Amino acid sequence: MISLTINGQKVEVEPGTTILQAAEKLGVFIPSFCYDPDLTLVGACRMCVVEVERARNLIASCCTPAGEGMVVHTDTERVHEARRANLNLLLANHPLDCLTCEKTGNCRLQDYCYLYGISETDFSGERKDYGFDDSNPFFIRDMNKCILCGLCVRTCHEINGVGAVGFMNRGFDTKVSAAFDDPLEDSPCVFCGMCVDVCPVGALVPKQSVGKGRPWELATVKTVCPYCGTGCGLELSVKDNEIVGVKGDTSSPVNRGQTCVKGRFGLGFLQSPERLTSPLIRKNGELVESSWEEALNLVAQKLRRTRSTELAGLASARATNEENYLFQKLLRTLGTNNIDHCARL
Amino acid sequence: MIGSNTTETHPVIGYRIKMAKNKGASLIVADPRRIDLVDYADVFLQLRPGTNEALLNGIIHVIIKEGLADKKFIREKTEGYIQMSLAIQKYTPEYVERITGVSAAKIRHAARLYAGAESAAILYTMGLTQHIKGTNSVLAVANLAMVSGNIGKPHSGVNPLRGQNNVQGACDMGALPNVLTGYQRVEDRGVLSKFRRAWGTKLNSKPGLTVTEIIDGILRDEIKTLYVMGENPALSDANLHHVLEALEKIDFLVVQDIFLTETAFYADVVLPAAAFAEKQGTFTNTERRVQMVRQAVTPPGKAKPDWFILQELAAKLNLNWSFDTPEKIFREIASVTPDYAGITYERLEKEGGLQWPCPTEKHPGTSYLHKGKFSRGKGLFTPVEYRPSAEEPDEQYPLILTTGRTLFHYHTGTMTRRSDSIDVHKPEEMVQISIDDAARLGINEGDMVGVTSRRGHVTARATVTEQVPAGVVFMTFHFHEAAANLLTINEVDPVAKIPEFKVCAVKVEKIEA
Repeated sequence: MISLTINGQKVEVEPGTTILQAAEKLGVFIPSFCYDPDLTLVGACRMCVVEVERARNLIASCCTPAGEGMVVHTDTERVHEARRANLNLLLANHPLDCLTCEKTGNCRLQDYCYLYGISETDFSGERKDYGFDDSNPFFIRDMNKCILCGLCVRTCHEINGVGAVGFMNRGFDTKVSAAFDDPLEDSPCVFCGMCVDVCPVGALVPKQSVGKGRPWELATVKTVCPYCGTGCGLELSVKDNEIVGVKGDTSSPVNRGQTCVKGRFGLGFLQSPERLTSPLIRKNGELVESSWEEALNLVAQKLRRTRSTELAGLASARATNEENYLFQKLLRTLGTNNIDHCARL
Repeated sequence: MIGSNTTETHPVIGYRIKMAKNKGASLIVADPRRIDLVDYADVFLQLRPGTNEALLNGIIHVIIKEGLADKKFIREKTEGYIQMSLAIQKYTPEYVERITGVSAAKIRHAARLYAGAESAAILYTMGLTQHIKGTNSVLAVANLAMVSGNIGKPHSGVNPLRGQNNVQGACDMGALPNVLTGYQRVEDRGVLSKFRRAWGTKLNSKPGLTVTEIIDGILRDEIKTLYVMGENPALSDANLHHVLEALEKIDFLVVQDIFLTETAFYADVVLPAAAFAEKQGTFTNTERRVQMVRQAVTPPGKAKPDWFILQELAAKLNLNWSFDTPEKIFREIASVTPDYAGITYERLEKEGGLQWPCPTEKHPGTSYLHKGKFSRGKGLFTPVEYRPSAEEPDEQYPLILTTGRTLFHYHTGTMTRRSDSIDVHKPEEMVQISIDDAARLGINEGDMVGVTSRRGHVTARATVTEQVPAGVVFMTFHFHEAAANLLTINEVDPVAKIPEFKVCAVKVEKIEA
């Protein structure tokens, strides 16, 4: 074990633990844009810099291993000044349209500017002026807001694996893009939406959520994806009885926050105008609306009159355990084992 | 990986495979199509559709012949090895090459890689099972895992990736003709008397009919009333003409669903159900993990959760049920199902999901099966012989049609085709055809083609791709406009009764605009 001191508190950690992780263990907050424990460490954003005694420069805590006897300070004036300078430079090239930005209330750039009291930039100069990439039906890419943290690039390469986006150009012209700066729609992108979930600012915005509510207005419900058998945890954002956002549940042991296009962008069917909203009974060859009372009476009557050998039921690989249990219990109570579902299809 | 296009059908598991590969794992992919995972594979075994069990036998042959078998594991934990090893003798890599089209050298390479690994897992999906010899292919997979001792330890085993969100749970709950909950057999007297007491009702000890048999039963006038809860056989089942004829014919059809599905068009009564986000309950995933499903919004109009509808119906039938919450139902499930006995809603909330078997409230759940010894005592080797598919290509129908899903849509499209953004992105079927066949038939990317089998005919756009080899075409079954199952064959595996969706003979013609 390695022992070090952070803000006057002693902590012991395994060799290889970073300073940032050691601080987390003590509950000491260190801001960062580009750090994600599931991805390669790049130390790009320099927000996580800390002061280490006897070190010449400020050190990026996210990718520096803790050393024996290190004495670390995370909240000195020197550290704050560096972070403020950083934010100041980011704002020099960031649209300040927070009033209408979808990310307001859930934006790390906004949060840190609030934390360090930066309301506008001291630097004036050339600004980026890219068009929207609105080509796909799932999310909007506004590269004017991108702070080049690289989380989306690393997620695409290291978690999804398709590597549809990367950095192009150098210096001021650096931009995250698909090959040849083509629209995502024409790239190998599979629209898993994981880049949208890791983006710390408003550069990647899901279309399903636009104008649908601020983060503090939304209730979050954790549930399980209704598509394949993987059983990924999803976090649904709800406002006024409508699902206005979907994210992978990072606390799920199954998917650890990861998603695919169906779970992430495929829940629109819930609000489809084609949903069935009333029982229907066939009368004179047409299905017409009826009351529950009438429909259930008719079904009960038919079930009672059908001989058990002439009765069959198909349960559902889409319904819950509880519902499948009741379904087979009902059919078996009526005397038949003619129960199956689409496990073979 | 065998018969699983994981990156499209189970994308999140696909990510994990790619991540494992990047961390140094070896990957063997066996599939007729050049699927995305092939780019990551150390060995790609591009077998002819319908030859899985021959390929697996070939790999086992090499493992035994080259002394790579785990003799200690075989001796201590299994039985039937001798019979299996005798049957395997003729499956030399050269013989298997003639059946599968996979070179003997690749078969040897795959065998050495698999048997040489410290731990090795086999993952499979419907590419292995949807054949008239699906059961045998699964037995061959089990033989392979046992011969190399790759079962009953972490990061190994035989792992079917289950297709639907709760297909595991529906099976666990006894939505099958031969078993009650937790795979307790209906013919077992002890089981039946336990359920008779628990439910206070008489029960039938004769196993019932499977989906395919129910459809046949309707056509033979033996089944008169069918109750369908959340299924769409009118698009999902093989040889649809046959299914549609049955749905047309049946005396009384109840369909309970969230949409007016292709099946509901035939219904006498349609009951509107709540979708997953509109109710509470549990799903069980492919790794047997029972997880909480929570309500986020209310159902539209008069729609109700399936469990609520069933309770109301039971009341109409004067059954003495009093299920007023899903939790109450779950408590009854746990009381009659040993594998679920230790699972409660309280634990699921607190522990975030539990993998069965979980026999007691103190039990932590089971992350992998057959630890120490096999559930049945000894692991049983079963000799498996190769036999051809039901319908091989011929002069009239020279191509093999194989079916499956794609990333963007799901099953019969009931949900994804009504989710705007997805349907905008992928609005139609694209029949995959090889570069060779396309050139021969004068088909270009995006041309309309007719696909015809002995059972039916559909039209759709073609995509010319390296994903399929010459002689094979691929279609999904997501689109009612071009329903691949009008073409598929309703021959089934004699044991599992699974239809042969993965192989039938077709011809493809360009349709002039």
